[in-house]
Amino acid sequence: MPQHQVIIVGGGLAGMRAAQKAQELGIDVAMISKIFPTRSHSAAAQGGVQAAVSEDDSWESHAYDTVKGSDYLGDQDAIEILCSEAPDDIYSLERMGVVFNRTEEGKIDARAFGGTSVKRTCYVADQTGQVLLHVMWEQLIKSGLKVYSEWFVMDLIIEDNKVAGCVAMEIPTGKIEVFRSKSLILATGGIGQVYSPTTNGLVVTADGQALAYKAGATLMDMEMVQHHPTTMQANGVLLTEGARGEGAYLLNSKGERFMEKYAPNMKELASRDVVSRAETMEIREGRGVDGCVFLDLRHLGRDLIMSKLGQIYELSRDYANTNILEAPVPIQPGHHYIMGGIKTDVDGRTWDVSGQNRWQGVEGLFAAGECANVSVHGGNRLGGNSLLDTIVFGRRSGQGSSEYAKSTDWVNTDESLAIRDAENKIKEIFARPAGGLRTANLRSEMGNAMNEGIAVFRNEEGMKKTLDSVRSVRERFPKISVDNKGKIFNTDLFFVLELEFMLDVAEVIAIGAIERKESRGAHAREDYPDRNDKEYLKHTVVNLDKNGEPKLNYIPVTMTQWEPQVRTY
Amino acid sequence: MDAKFKIQRYDPESQEGTHYEEFEVDLPEYGSVLEGLLDIRDHQDGSLSLRCSCRSAICGSCSMKINGESRLACKAMVSDIKEVQGDIITVEPMGNMPVIKDLVVNMDMFWEKVEKVEPYLQPTSPEPEKEYLVSNDEMMKLAVAMNCIMCGACVSDCTVLEVDKTFLGPAALAKAFRFAADPRDGAQEERLQSYNEPTGVWDCTRCFMCVQACPKDVAPMERIMDIRSMVMENDISKNDRGQRHIQGFIDGVKHSGRLDEFGLARKTFGFPRWPFELAPLGIRRILRFRMPPLIHKSIKTAKNVKRIFERLEV
Repeated sequence: MPQHQVIIVGGGLAGMRAAQKAQELGIDVAMISKIFPTRSHSAAAQGGVQAAVSEDDSWESHAYDTVKGSDYLGDQDAIEILCSEAPDDIYSLERMGVVFNRTEEGKIDARAFGGTSVKRTCYVADQTGQVLLHVMWEQLIKSGLKVYSEWFVMDLIIEDNKVAGCVAMEIPTGKIEVFRSKSLILATGGIGQVYSPTTNGLVVTADGQALAYKAGATLMDMEMVQHHPTTMQANGVLLTEGARGEGAYLLNSKGERFMEKYAPNMKELASRDVVSRAETMEIREGRGVDGCVFLDLRHLGRDLIMSKLGQIYELSRDYANTNILEAPVPIQPGHHYIMGGIKTDVDGRTWDVSGQNRWQGVEGLFAAGECANVSVHGGNRLGGNSLLDTIVFGRRSGQGSSEYAKSTDWVNTDESLAIRDAENKIKEIFARPAGGLRTANLRSEMGNAMNEGIAVFRNEEGMKKTLDSVRSVRERFPKISVDNKGKIFNTDLFFVLELEFMLDVAEVIAIGAIERKESRGAHAREDYPDRNDKEYLKHTVVNLDKNGEPKLNYIPVTMTQWEPQVRTY
Repeated sequence: MDAKFKIQRYDPESQEGTHYEEFEVDLPEYGSVLEGLLDIRDHQDGSLSLRCSCRSAICGSCSMKINGESRLACKAMVSDIKEVQGDIITVEPMGNMPVIKDLVVNMDMFWEKVEKVEPYLQPTSPEPEKEYLVSNDEMMKLAVAMNCIMCGACVSDCTVLEVDKTFLGPAALAKAFRFAADPRDGAQEERLQSYNEPTGVWDCTRCFMCVQACPKDVAPMERIMDIRSMVMENDISKNDRGQRHIQGFIDGVKHSGRLDEFGLARKTFGFPRWPFELAPLGIRRILRFRMPPLIHKSIKTAKNVKRIFERLEV
């Protein structure tokens, strides 16, 4: 039975950064990932990472932009930490080997991005996430981190509201093992596949959020789901905001730069929620083509495009059959990110150590990255702040979990019980008669319903319909049967387990969204079009109650120096 | 758009062994091979195993052989393949790596080779307080190798690895270049020495298969050639035959204006090994009347050739 002081579930940027910090502190740490770490979806982040590294910038300005971008739902103490610690983290990534683009003086260069008052987005062409991910992985080879690659975590083991470890299945062999640990960090990424279409990879299935929720932790602001303004119609794949950062235009079917109307100052570089809404309005009012508007890069010229946006050139060619040097590429808003997640404090703890019982969590359970909600993104995340979130709060959760592990004893648990439960679960799925429902059909039913009712614009009727659809899928979930009943690389089986995770999370998203009766950030309601600070300047928190039903509550937003103002770009 | 797939199947838990199965799918106009495989898996046969995630050629999961060529399934467009290669799309797991199930291979060997090149920056000391000051051009020179997503397509198609499992291979050596050429790295000499050892850069036969297979234009073979140049330029100990072979070429042509076959062979194998190692070959060639002259003669205009060399070296 593998045993480590700290176990990290998830091999993306947040998990790697946490592992690195724990190793630095001399802790016995290991990583479990259902895919080889460099396959993680952090690689798909294109445009860059925010940090006030240039001389005419300040972290306070970065923090203000982030607070404003969040539509005042972000906790300002956490945002201050994110932005003030950003420059040092970026410098340390550079010293580890990240090949950031440079200024004339050889310093780290920054490009413009949505919702930022100055050029603040450090970048590596349009493949920033991939380079960051690979450099972090290189560091973990250097330090010899133990990685359990292609192990699927089925459940957390909790005793008396304390972490004792987790139970996981080795995908290439089907072997089930208990992993014991004193503390456990969830760094499993987003919820992408809850939506269809999505920019997210096929492995992004809300595992961490669902595991934590089931274990008793709190999910916060899950209704805050971001739709990215520039995704491709054919497969939902992302085209970076860096394109607009470098000067690309958004055009409607009449060839007008419509953003001038919606955001006279920032135009294409307004916040993502603002741009996605503007695009949707244009399309609804008949100024789109086949459900799309256009991203026009032609005036940027071949040299700039090929040197800084080469991946965009390739993606448009491969998936939209468009040469962006010669023609605008059709794009539409598409699901991209979730601001909400497992409620943590600024050190990644899921449980509240303030003594005020503001929210519920599990002692020893930490979370970082997209699956966590610290909360720095509030109602709308700024582009380039997600990579930063993984780096800063990955590191802090690595530190927090190490310190916790040092100060605590092992929690006793009966491993055979956890293994038996996991085995029984699989046996039950295998025992279902052949010819039952297909996982893929139920998954797309859920994804389509979410995309219809809880997307760029929302209203009560649509959201309730979505919630009904999600619940209806959940009722039919036990009727799924699998074609493959073998042990070796049985993806058929773990798609069923992933769908179970996603259904729990989809329900929480829908409930939170229906109950937030205002418009804030990404949550734009047609039936409540205004922000309502008096009643809803607060976080939605959802827990699983004793009967296995979601229970909704609210906690206050932490404010330090910025009072809510009218948000215009 | 209709598409016919012929997929190599293998399940170690069944008695059936490796075999092919055919499927038909209906795909959108710009559908990829990956979308076809997912459609088959989702709606026809859930037991089909493959690795995939991002759908946009950045995670590196879905390399496989498509009509015999190692490619990313997400980047291989069905309509293009149909136009050029015909109606049936044959999909098989990558080569040079053992198959676990269906299209999934065991990549342990791939990762072990990458780890062997010490794939991490070994910074110069003392480190700067903030960032290293380096030019954008120096950084962008590395970007071509940083494009590598570790998909394995180059290793799958490598003709050297097919016969010599000890070769570090194209992916690991492209990664090696990325560090050897990084102005921030403090271990360049040690790196070049280690990449210069047998199993390193001189084992590449320049067959171009990796250049053709790479979906991200890393052109691993060219990166291997870059390291070779760095080895030659940095006067790394001449302990490898490949390196001595190139030096022998250069020296021979420089001094006599043409290739000195016998001299080149002597230089490549080195003293005292050459008389023993070359004897069998020498005897065979004598028997076939194909022995090169033992005394090498310069061409008349050798001086001019030497001048060209001197000018190039300046």
